[in-house]
Amino acid sequence: MSALKPMAITEANFEAEVLKSSTPVMVDFWAEWCGPCRMIAPVVEEIAQEYAGRVKVCKVNVDENQSLASRYSIRSIPSLLIFKGGIVANQVIGAVPKAELIRRLDAVLKG
Amino acid sequence: MPTDYDMIIVGAGPAGLTAGLYASRARVKTCCIERLSPGGQAALTARVENYPGIEELITGLELCQRMERQARSFGLEIVRDEVQHLETSREALDVQCASGLRRSRTIVVASGANSAALGVPGEKEFFGKGVSYCATCDGPFFKDLDVAVIGGGDSALDEALFLTRFCRRVYLVHRRAEFRAVKLLVERVAASAKIELVLNAALEKILGAEGVESIEVRDRTAGIARRIPVSGVFLYVGLSPNTGFLPASVRTDQKGYVITDEEMRTSVDCILAAGDVRHKSLRQIATAVGDGALAAMSAVKRLESEKTAQMKSEGGSIS
Repeated sequence: MSALKPMAITEANFEAEVLKSSTPVMVDFWAEWCGPCRMIAPVVEEIAQEYAGRVKVCKVNVDENQSLASRYSIRSIPSLLIFKGGIVANQVIGAVPKAELIRRLDAVLKG
Repeated sequence: MPTDYDMIIVGAGPAGLTAGLYASRARVKTCCIERLSPGGQAALTARVENYPGIEELITGLELCQRMERQARSFGLEIVRDEVQHLETSREALDVQCASGLRRSRTIVVASGANSAALGVPGEKEFFGKGVSYCATCDGPFFKDLDVAVIGGGDSALDEALFLTRFCRRVYLVHRRAEFRAVKLLVERVAASAKIELVLNAALEKILGAEGVESIEVRDRTAGIARRIPVSGVFLYVGLSPNTGFLPASVRTDQKGYVITDEEMRTSVDCILAAGDVRHKSLRQIATAVGDGALAAMSAVKRLESEKTAQMKSEGGSIS
């Protein structure tokens, strides 16, 4: 079984993959220039695997998808938005440790 | 009592990675525990210009990735986990992590520091909505806009210069009349047409509606308040050491930095410290790596003295 990697999302498939997803979606807004974004990338990958089937994990490159970033008022990266039923249920700004991300995810899964 | 490791290093920034490099080459059973990915605070910097021997363009993250590759090549194990609590027991050191307990004979605390908050109204409310502690992460979101950088040290001036790549104007706000930063940076800032100096000024409030719209600063000599319209505020006002997991027996200074002797030894036997987490006068990658090497070899020495003592008590001969 191949490791599940976070899906790259763009303007084109955002609605289908994120807003219309049957499971909650964690979207990692990142950019190449952002050190902390790259530091948190392996953590996001681990979560993609551990929560496979329960949470969909996606990445949005803010450089290539500026309108998506501004639609969700992203002014700081990394920003991880947790979507449930098409709306933002929770949000994490900054490179936080895995335990914190999981805490926020679990809260959305329960609520 | 069995231990899992002879050395556990907390943190994989420059200090931790260098400690790991030296420990691995000393063939000590070592584990470096990092809660994110290797890099530490160095990962926040767009360009490292003052690391001895490296003249080429390199980001802080790239430099640390090189250190990581090098340490791993000698066998360093780096695990992703979070150290929650450190306890000293009679026989070993108990490192309580998010994933479970790990025991070690020695510990190198290289957990670094994080940007300190200033504690002004609006700072928390607008975090991520204009308030930032990372210019390299967030600068590009303020293209052609006016921003403020708060601080007077190397970081504040470095990042203010970095922001001129994107922003229309950068207000550099500092409490004192003169910057603490190194002269070269002060010269560059003075020469920059985009940077406006706001000296002798204390940031009092960050204001706005949905996001940051202005800051209020008070002139410390005349006592007059002034409102400056800005879209972003980048704070570089100081650091806060990451020491929450340490037992009270590890002595720290008034600001919480770990006190050590010249051999990186803390007040607790078998616990060493290295890098920005230490009480020291200069926090740079260049000093962190020196600390890391010293701490590792200090721990190695301690391990060897323990082995010698053990052999003596067992009646063995030492050659």
